[in-house]
Amino acid sequence: MVENNKESTSTVRVKSMIEQNRQKQSFRAVGEKAVPTVLLVIALISILTTIGIVFVLITETFEFFNRVSLVEFFTGTVLRPLSQDPKFGILPLINGTIISSVIAMLVAGPIGMMTAIYLSEYASDKARRVLKPVLELLAGIPTVVYGFFAFTFVTPFLRQFIPEMGATNILAPGLVMGVMIIPMIASLSEDAMNSVPNDMREGALALGSTKLEVTFKVIIPAAFSGIVAAFVLGISRAVGETMIVAIASGSSKNFIFDVTQSMQTMTAYVVEVAGGDTSPGSTIYYSLYAVAMTLFIFTLLMNILARYIARRFREEY
Amino acid sequence: MTTHIHSERVRNRMKRRVALNKGLSGVFLLATTFGVFVLGVLFYQILTEGIPYINLDFLTGKLSTMPERAGIMGAILGTLWLMAVVIPVTIVLGVGTAIYNELYAKQGKLQKIIQTNISNLSGVPSIVYGILGMTIFASLLNLGSVVLAGGLTMSLLVLPIVIVSSQEALRAVPGYLSEASIGLGATKWQTIKNIILPAALPGILTGAILALSRAIGETAPLVVLGVPALLLPFPGGLFDRFTVLPMQIYYWTLDASLVEEYQFLASATIIVLLAMLFILNGTAIVIRNKFQRRY
Repeated sequence: MVENNKESTSTVRVKSMIEQNRQKQSFRAVGEKAVPTVLLVIALISILTTIGIVFVLITETFEFFNRVSLVEFFTGTVLRPLSQDPKFGILPLINGTIISSVIAMLVAGPIGMMTAIYLSEYASDKARRVLKPVLELLAGIPTVVYGFFAFTFVTPFLRQFIPEMGATNILAPGLVMGVMIIPMIASLSEDAMNSVPNDMREGALALGSTKLEVTFKVIIPAAFSGIVAAFVLGISRAVGETMIVAIASGSSKNFIFDVTQSMQTMTAYVVEVAGGDTSPGSTIYYSLYAVAMTLFIFTLLMNILARYIARRFREEY
Repeated sequence: MTTHIHSERVRNRMKRRVALNKGLSGVFLLATTFGVFVLGVLFYQILTEGIPYINLDFLTGKLSTMPERAGIMGAILGTLWLMAVVIPVTIVLGVGTAIYNELYAKQGKLQKIIQTNISNLSGVPSIVYGILGMTIFASLLNLGSVVLAGGLTMSLLVLPIVIVSSQEALRAVPGYLSEASIGLGATKWQTIKNIILPAALPGILTGAILALSRAIGETAPLVVLGVPALLLPFPGGLFDRFTVLPMQIYYWTLDASLVEEYQFLASATIIVLLAMLFILNGTAIVIRNKFQRRY
């Protein structure tokens, strides 16, 4: 009697377990199908971001060019957004951007390259273990801190030697920007040089080359596409850099070439205008978008170019 | 006719080549230490200027018009609030996108578009994200420059970093783990949830922390968004106006040309910000070294 009872409950249990299991599985099957869809939606958000950026920039830039002609914008050497008779020529900003980027690359290019050569070809494991984290540290410092450094240390320091230099100028932020970009050029170039197979190195050394000759005649030619890509990305970074120039290069919109004087870059213009109180709907407000659009297109082209160079001209071993 | 090897000339040439190699290797080392040197100067300046200003009143005080009584509690809280938005948003969106790209997407056009798009986004200057945030979050959604708007803007900015590092972490999980799981009857999602994600977690976390430290050090997008420096009430929620440490540094640096003391306050704030970044990055390194398993 008792045993019988036990049996029946256990049958019931098994049955309900099967039932439960079935429910669970159908529930699971639904989940299994839903997951990829949910994840796809999430993945599309990154595309949505791009669409958002492009859409916002294009619509507002169109509004700007309804008021200011394309020709005046791209060929004008006078930028006077706040005056009674406003002029919106972007050339002073492009000039400032190019000059600061050139100064930065004059620092970051050679030093970054030499750093990469040292780390990849000369340094012992021990030296590399110490130096690489320090470079990473340099790369991790917020740009506003670099701006502070350019404004409160580098500029006063340089003024001891160049008395006619302004309290804000393009030279100091350009130099500091260069220091900021060193780690980027160094690590990307080092990656490129490291990926050159060791047999080539050893072959050249066995033929009697010095390390220097191996580096310049074998490694750098083999890694050339990667190194060029690193430089292009460095330039793109310099062009898009904001806080250093916003703090230390001032807001003069003169179309000049004297690096000891204040100049404004495209990024610093956006900071100045957006940070000030401009009413939405004014021409100066729309000029923000036109400048940002120019900046966006330029950096996008540089990044595409860097990827293209790295892929197209890569030597395969 | 025999050709003569001018042993003298050969020896001189060899000497020159070896000397050049040695000399330039010194130059390369010097160039490498240049970065270290600049870092040293920067730290020296910040520490000597800032340390005297760091005390409990400075850390917990409100902003004040008098430099000697100014505190940065508002900016610290603002930075924490920003992190509170950025962490969940970037982890959900970043890891989700990475799982889709690595484990679900078929190698087709759509996947290629997503992939190219992500690498393009990572090269967009941060200030352009600021313009996006200002237009969409602050104006269009009418949020204003509140914690939520700033947090979402920063999340979009660092999202590519999280996606790329998560994808790398997922890719590094060896195939036999998931094959074994599928072989035991687990479904795909069960395998991802129970096998692949736990194995990739240290890598994902490391990337997420690095992205987070980028987000709390960024200034430009927030300037464009209209985040102020002078803020008396502390932020207490997602829809409160806020300021962050980098903004404080920015405004105090600009004020330094008027009152020198602001420069020292900026230095002190930089010390606090860098300390936060060191803690974050230190955590990332510990996670990487301790939990990263090599298969």
